[in-house]
Amino acid sequence: MGECIVITSGKGGVGKTTTTANIGAGLSLRGKKVAVIDADIGLRNLDVVLGLENRIVYDLVDVVSGNCKTRQALIKDKRFENLYLLPAAQTKDKDAVSQAQMKVLCEELKQEFDYVLVDCPAGIEQGFKNAIAGADRAVVVTTPEVSAVRDADRIIGLLEAAELRNPKLIVNRVRHDMVKRGDMMNIEDITDILAIEIIGVVPDDEKIIISTNRGEPAVATQSLSGQAFRNISARIDGEEVAFINFDQNNGIFDKLIKLFNFSK
Amino acid sequence: MFDLLKFLSRQESSKNVAKERLRLVLVHDRANCSPELLDLIKEDLITALSKHIEIDQDGFDIQITKTDASTNGLPALVANIPIRSMKRS
Repeated sequence: MGECIVITSGKGGVGKTTTTANIGAGLSLRGKKVAVIDADIGLRNLDVVLGLENRIVYDLVDVVSGNCKTRQALIKDKRFENLYLLPAAQTKDKDAVSQAQMKVLCEELKQEFDYVLVDCPAGIEQGFKNAIAGADRAVVVTTPEVSAVRDADRIIGLLEAAELRNPKLIVNRVRHDMVKRGDMMNIEDITDILAIEIIGVVPDDEKIIISTNRGEPAVATQSLSGQAFRNISARIDGEEVAFINFDQNNGIFDKLIKLFNFSK
Repeated sequence: MFDLLKFLSRQESSKNVAKERLRLVLVHDRANCSPELLDLIKEDLITALSKHIEIDQDGFDIQITKTDASTNGLPALVANIPIRSMKRS
């Protein structure tokens, strides 16, 4: 029996879909059988991020309305063994799926998969309620900006109200140079405010854009963001992994400053 | 060195501004208290308190406040209730 994890954020554009794609691929690299569900009905995107857009026949709405069997709608990723995508419907309206239907679907998929990841739409309306309906755990994605952190706080409240306790936090698009200058909130600032456990820090990395352009999840590439997503996948899978030290690529000047600060 | 620059420019780092603004805005978000709800609470308080004391309703003021250590980091409902006289039974 697997586990269903919803990836949510409240605010749009913080990287939910990219995160879902990379954790899904990351878990499959660890040998787990993973299904990723795009719950953003009408704004389908997980398919293009994963590079599977040309292989869609049926979608989520087809499955819940009984037009096809679940198995028929699942697209098998040829690069990542045991990674399957259930795409969102692009044309139908967002109320085409109910919370009860999502619950049944997640239960069904949990029978066959180790992990079922649900990519939640932005906002706090029906789409959000549907996406969390079948979830056992929640991951909240935010960026170090006031708007994203504020929305994350709201989402954490709503998750707890829906009995999804102890959501975990991913801080995406961290720019270490700005953090060092004091022009970007650091991880401690954000966890201080949101008071939830952090499960990953992803640096702002152009490799993410490049890999999304190609439809190849960055988790399989040699990059800082790829490493960050591999670490997150491992933590979700129950392994303890140390957080990346972003100072590792710094020159001698930074090292001197560090030494100076340390000796103070 | 960065501290020195900051000291010279005498400007608070923008992340601290962001953090402080977030703290304030989240107090209100978390309290999730509409003006209508505050009015309801106010009326109920007046009804309950009026049994025991005579209060100055014009000076009556309640609000949800910023967090502080005494409330364990939670927002608090603070009421300012001027008393005209105590009712003796």
